[in-house]
Amino acid sequence: MSRAPLLTVEHLTMRFGGLTAVNDLSFTAYQGEITAIIGPNGAGKTTVFNCLTGFYKPTVGRLTLTPDNGKSFLLERTEGFRIAKDAKVARTFQNIRLFSGMSVLENLVVAQHNALMQASAYSLAGLFGLPRYRKAEKQAVELARYWLNKVGLTAQADWSAGNLPYGSQRRLEIARAMCTQPVLLCLDEPAAGLNPKESLELNTLLRDIRKEQGIGILLIEHDMSVVMQISDHVVVLDHGAPLSDGSPEEVRNDPAVIRAYLGAADDDEIILGGGAA
Amino acid sequence: MTTTPPAAAAGHHHHHPSFGHMVKDSIAAGLLAALLALPLLGFHLLDSAQGLHLDYRFPLVLWSGLVVFGGRLGLSLAGAAISKRMSARKTTSAESITGAPAKPRPWRKIAGWVMVTIALTLPLMPFSDRNLIDKATLLLIYVMLGWGLNIVVGLAGLLDLGYVAFYAVGAYSYALLSQYFGLNFWICLPLAGLFSASFGMALGFPVLRLRGDYLAIVTLGFGEIIRVILLNWQDFTGGPNGIANIKRPSFFGLPFTAVSMDGKPTFSQFFGIDFAPEHRIIFLYYLILVLALATNLFTLRIRKLPIGRAWEALREDETACRSLGINPTKTKLSAFAIGAMFAGFAGSFFATRQGFISPESFTFIESAIILAIVVLGGMGSQVGIVLAAVLLVGLPEWFRDLQLYRMLAFGGAMVLIMLWRPRGLLSSREPTILLSDCPEAAK
Repeated sequence: MSRAPLLTVEHLTMRFGGLTAVNDLSFTAYQGEITAIIGPNGAGKTTVFNCLTGFYKPTVGRLTLTPDNGKSFLLERTEGFRIAKDAKVARTFQNIRLFSGMSVLENLVVAQHNALMQASAYSLAGLFGLPRYRKAEKQAVELARYWLNKVGLTAQADWSAGNLPYGSQRRLEIARAMCTQPVLLCLDEPAAGLNPKESLELNTLLRDIRKEQGIGILLIEHDMSVVMQISDHVVVLDHGAPLSDGSPEEVRNDPAVIRAYLGAADDDEIILGGGAA
Repeated sequence: MTTTPPAAAAGHHHHHPSFGHMVKDSIAAGLLAALLALPLLGFHLLDSAQGLHLDYRFPLVLWSGLVVFGGRLGLSLAGAAISKRMSARKTTSAESITGAPAKPRPWRKIAGWVMVTIALTLPLMPFSDRNLIDKATLLLIYVMLGWGLNIVVGLAGLLDLGYVAFYAVGAYSYALLSQYFGLNFWICLPLAGLFSASFGMALGFPVLRLRGDYLAIVTLGFGEIIRVILLNWQDFTGGPNGIANIKRPSFFGLPFTAVSMDGKPTFSQFFGIDFAPEHRIIFLYYLILVLALATNLFTLRIRKLPIGRAWEALREDETACRSLGINPTKTKLSAFAIGAMFAGFAGSFFATRQGFISPESFTFIESAIILAIVVLGGMGSQVGIVLAAVLLVGLPEWFRDLQLYRMLAFGGAMVLIMLWRPRGLLSSREPTILLSDCPEAAK
């Protein structure tokens, strides 16, 4: 099959003073694929995400997003919120960032802010109760309902998001990111803190998103059972530098990767060691 | 404010201080008070014909020690009782166990309507007099300011300590526009709002990248800058002398005067009733009531609109907002400007009601009172703000006779409420949209 590139990272370098968090990283994420970025703690994975989503300005490098609608964006030159608004890159956070005082449904509706602002003429149409806004809001609720069903939170829709159990909060954060209708979804350790059953559900959810939405997913993960089962393509980082890049099978058998993770060991232990993370 | 109050945290069984411990603690406090009282109260210098001599007042020292002992003991007993009740409530509350959403509270809506009815019929009541209506008008100004500031602090979560500056801008816009250009109140009202909103934008633009405490300090400074400018720009604003003889409002063109000035009929002549000075007072009362209710309606409405939801989301987590494509600068600016606009409306009303304004009316303490109303009411709660305004502005106004003890009671009430309801009088938030209220679309 032909692979169309979605995100091209070229020579990405990020320095904080004397510390080089990411050093000359280049890789490509393809449309409709799940690309995993793995590496030991402190390897610079989250820094890569923060550069991609505009929280940091990279010291060096070019980040090109080429969705199949023909547009292209240079992410390193795009203002933080515009990366989500215009380039349509959505993300989740390692330490969950929900609007915990607001309800689950509200979290999903807020994610559709830009579409709703446009429909409501910057809220003016809504202020005067024009039907145009009511229709747009109904659509927003329908999209939210779709994702609530998808992540199994329909029954808790009117709960305060902060009152949800941990695993549900993780799923809600993914649903919220999907409500922005992204072309690239960046997940920062989505399986962290999940039990094995929840972890399996997450695999199914991510596969579904890839299949049904056809979008690209970029994933940071420690849990090797997730990484090896669902990713199409794995990039390994170590101390900010690229270590390996290829299919899960290739990466798993790469001696450099095994050395970085365990010193020297066989594959089973990688899976076990990763699974406990 | 989301953390458990220390009183409640200490409320678990084994953390209860024993009675003996409380007594010991109170004795220590009493002794300390007596020790302090000895030099402060124990010696009294008398200036008599025989020259200076010392008067010893040791019983007073004893008494102050005893009073502090008793007070301290009472306070710790009451505190223990409260925290016991709180921890009991915590464990039995179903909400904390299941995480289920708060039940809708119809009584709050009913309370709101009861308040509106009372407010609407107040001037018609047999017991209402000029004094009462005047005080109610003042109260409503604070309610409106509270509702306006609630947009900034309660919804958008931006701590604004200089809100009174926008109130001042509104008041001076009306006073100056009517003085220099002879414009009437009804034209100046929207203009005052516009001016205040622009000031909100102008201030907001450079400072809204600051967060929390830093923002609070800068807004505090801004409030003072406005006041100092008003104080020093003698030729334009009249400086400390303020602006007097501000045009009184008319009933849509009909003045509230005994005799007609320029041949046009007055309010009483037009409606064929006897002239009474109360007419203007009652008109002003209804005017501020309408303005305040408009503020309230606006807030209730905008909470359910994308911009309102974005404000609340911004209060919860700015980083997450950015990751969802919400422009934090624009969103904050809009909250700041809209909040300022309502302060501008209230300010121009204030100017027309008083007929005289000076920088003295716009000191920091006003900002503090308005902020206290919002925080005490429970951030984001419209009914709570009315209750807090009654408590903080209404009661001190009615108990003016007790002059000296007024501020003492004010501070005491503040401390008690913060102990009893650390998140404000009415703190629970109701979702702006419920899935159960949205019928499923036909497939």
